[in-house]
Amino acid sequence: MNEAVKISTQHLSFYYGDFLALNDICLEIRENQVTALIGPSGCGKSTYLRCLNRMNDLIARTRTEGTILLDGKNILDPNQDVVSLRSRVGMVFQKPNPFPKSIFENVAYGLRVNGIRDRAYIADRVEGSLKQAALWNEVKDRISESALGLSGGQQQRLCIARALAVSPEVLLMDEPASALDPISTQKIEELIHELKTRYTIIIVTHNMQQAARVSDITAFFYVGKLIEVGETDTIFTRPGIKQTEDYITGRFG
Amino acid sequence: MPKRFHRELEKIKKRILSLGALVEDRVHKVISAIETRDIGIVRWVVESDPEIDAIEVEIEEECLKIMALHQPVAVDLRFLIAVIKINNDLERIADEAVNIAERLTIVLRHPRQEFTFDYSMMAGKAENLLKMSLDSLVNLDLNLAREVISLDDEIDQLDHRAYDEIKEAMQKNPAYMGYWINLFSVSRHIERIADHAVNIAEEVIYLIEGEIVRHGFCKVP
Repeated sequence: MNEAVKISTQHLSFYYGDFLALNDICLEIRENQVTALIGPSGCGKSTYLRCLNRMNDLIARTRTEGTILLDGKNILDPNQDVVSLRSRVGMVFQKPNPFPKSIFENVAYGLRVNGIRDRAYIADRVEGSLKQAALWNEVKDRISESALGLSGGQQQRLCIARALAVSPEVLLMDEPASALDPISTQKIEELIHELKTRYTIIIVTHNMQQAARVSDITAFFYVGKLIEVGETDTIFTRPGIKQTEDYITGRFG
Repeated sequence: MPKRFHRELEKIKKRILSLGALVEDRVHKVISAIETRDIGIVRWVVESDPEIDAIEVEIEEECLKIMALHQPVAVDLRFLIAVIKINNDLERIADEAVNIAERLTIVLRHPRQEFTFDYSMMAGKAENLLKMSLDSLVNLDLNLAREVISLDDEIDQLDHRAYDEIKEAMQKNPAYMGYWINLFSVSRHIERIADHAVNIAEEVIYLIEGEIVRHGFCKVP
């Protein structure tokens, strides 16, 4: 198993106004592994995920303490260029959110935003990204049609292709399959498995079986704290902490 | 959903414990027949075995159903795996009771022979191990489960002693060879019952600690 650390979170605390949403989180994310974040609603897992590419910057009256090292460099540094950070750390959301543009333009969007104009290069990246997202065969004959005509599962894979087009190193996924049917969910899960050879993936999921199926490492959050982190096999067969066991076996509260 | 799931687990626990009680009762009865030579009891143990087999199948099907429907994890998963294995051990113990009964059917055809080995004592110890292993399951008692594992050596030694003494008795009284061979087999079956009790104890340790302690991986004090 790859032991190299891609992201190291050290004493990370995060506040929404006076509300402490993340409390002193120390967590290392290993390179080319899938890390699943689990925990009940409001436990801070999505907040943690959004810290990793500074999406929380967009919310007023928030405050971050501690450090987040991406390849050893603190991304919370005020001099950090957020646009370049977000192209290195891509994100896929719970609800597929394609732009009201063609399939091609959706995937090309990030490249154009980053100032790339070379048409041949863009076409190549779009095809490559759609292939990586296991969508190419389904859309290659209607690449100029609106992305809004795709099914929910296809739209979500399109969003993954859009994130991959700018060649990120880390992929953040916030409940990427919760709005999808079982077949589309299975496709996304297989895709995650394939993508981890090239990307470091962090996934937030409420679906415990999904966390067990797709991840190498599982981290359990509760009321803003990281309770336990370990190899997924261990967490789901013999977790070390009773709170983790109570949560994953449905004995909570 | 969790409430229904946990109720199902409780039901399984009751079923496996009542199977344990039924098996324990059969072992106790067949063992007492070594002394009492009660052929009625011996026949009952043989004839009523299908009842145990049916319960074993029913418990296993119930466990498989719960696994398919609820996809249990952690302690719940370990519990179901332990139950499936203990279920199988209990059924095998009942089979050993049948084996003892079949041997006794032959032994009881002959008049009682002069003999020093105390079968009741050996059988009592094996029965006690079975009882302890089931108690360790009921109370999730780690120490008791470990004690079962360490006490098994005693039964093995008794089995060796039975072998030596039967060999001697055969030499002294070769006219009853069938009697001696079958009597010796009884000690083998008792020893197997103790082995299954050890298996149950090992499953209880797995259930509590999540560590597989079979094949000498155990840290018995």
